[in-house]
Amino acid sequence: MALIRTLAARATARLIAGFARLTTGVYGDWRGCQPALNQRVYFANHSSHGDFVLIWTVLSVRARRQTRPVAAADYWNVPGLRRFIGAHVFNALLIDRRAGGGAAITAMNKALAWGDSLIIFPEGTRNTGDAPLLPLRAGIHHLARAHPAVEFVPVWIDNISRVMPKGERLPVPLLCSVIFGEPISAMPDEPRDAFLDRARAALLQLKPGEGPP
Amino acid sequence: MTNRQWLLDHPTLLLFAGLGLVLLTATVIGRVLAMVHGDTPTIDNLNQRIDAWWYMVAAMGVAFLFGLTGLVILFALLSFWALREFLTLTPTRHGDHSSLLLLFFIGLPAQYALVWYQWYGLYSVFLPVYGFLVLAIAATLRGDTENFLQRVSFVQWGMMICIYFTSHVPALVTLPLILGRSSDGLLLIAFLVIVAQGSDVLQYIFGKLFGRHPVSPRLSPSKTWEGLVGGIASATLLGAALWWITPFSVPVAAGMAFIICVSGFFGGLVLSAIKRDRGVKDWGRMIRGHGGILDRLDSVIFAAPVFLHLTRYWYTV
Repeated sequence: MALIRTLAARATARLIAGFARLTTGVYGDWRGCQPALNQRVYFANHSSHGDFVLIWTVLSVRARRQTRPVAAADYWNVPGLRRFIGAHVFNALLIDRRAGGGAAITAMNKALAWGDSLIIFPEGTRNTGDAPLLPLRAGIHHLARAHPAVEFVPVWIDNISRVMPKGERLPVPLLCSVIFGEPISAMPDEPRDAFLDRARAALLQLKPGEGPP
Repeated sequence: MTNRQWLLDHPTLLLFAGLGLVLLTATVIGRVLAMVHGDTPTIDNLNQRIDAWWYMVAAMGVAFLFGLTGLVILFALLSFWALREFLTLTPTRHGDHSSLLLLFFIGLPAQYALVWYQWYGLYSVFLPVYGFLVLAIAATLRGDTENFLQRVSFVQWGMMICIYFTSHVPALVTLPLILGRSSDGLLLIAFLVIVAQGSDVLQYIFGKLFGRHPVSPRLSPSKTWEGLVGGIASATLLGAALWWITPFSVPVAAGMAFIICVSGFFGGLVLSAIKRDRGVKDWGRMIRGHGGILDRLDSVIFAAPVFLHLTRYWYTV
């Protein structure tokens, strides 16, 4: 049973990654670091439900197995296909949103101590407005301070909001890219806001130029 | 001429054997250069380009096996990928969503269906007239007027470049050619593609070997007068030497090849101008060593409609 489930999970993983590639032509642009199996926290801008799938798709198969997207329990922990995909395909770290930020940080700390890599969206919510990036929440600073050896990799997901703008039902097959920047880590006495500013700048720096209007 | 009897047809096999031989020679030369000079970026890129050519020739070969249907499917796919590259680099907004959906999922398949149906009267006006109007209307209905003209024009340009002109390549098969040395529309496509791409390759080779004076440094630093003259002259000779796969006489084949080369050159220049405007070097990364689909297709896109109309006017029954 467990074997069948593992095989089904691997087949589903290929299917999902293949579909993501087909519709978005997504590719990984490793600008500031190389694809590697180091323990990492990938922190990315968040504008669509498909975001973590894109990051996950451009990771190597081995990196995928040790990288857990942090996702909402109320969405993924529903019996049936969703729970199967959440738990066995993505191996998502499910967060109970009602339990508050402290519980979420505890869960992420535990996973990092265990040796997992994570995919997080420090804006805390989907950005559906015109601003390129919302203010970052403080949680990422807690994680960076508690795990100085972990590489915090800024990741810019480009174009997905154009593929499927808010409120649309059908996606337009534009090309998306996932740009990986140079890892950062929290310095010992760095104040929270200084670190958050640095993380924010590291993200925005990866955003491709818009060209003349 | 679109059924499979071409399999027994001597010219097509000969042509592909010739292409294979050219590629084989190029592959050997590329590998020898790499052994002698080591892997410099230029030689590395050259070998990537040559390797990609094998795949491109193979894709054409497979499409040829299936005649009109195969070519319609191949070029519909190329249009899709090209349009995706083009629109990815354009600053469309949420208000363009229905235009983009209409273009990808209705305009593109409908245009190729019309070509497949061999309906010249409609496929030559469908997008430039009705596509143009519908895209403008669809953008208006969303009520977003910011940069309106610019946004609509971008989408309409994408439609013309990536779908309309490109669809003229498979349309060549549907021409009822007069009797000549060869009256096979498939081979007419081979003529267009070999001359246009040959011109690009020869311009690249002449430019790398003798290039000194850039044609337009702001648009494309790699295009030189030496490359342009040498490439177009030799590709014109190549076209003349391929007269036996066309209904043309030798001088007409040379003339057609010359027109293909010149329009193809301007195709490359215009698409370079758009790339500079968008601040990128390549359209994409789909073909290793070459860049995107549009980087490879730019010359064919501009040459195809011109070549189709000239041939249709003088060489069809």
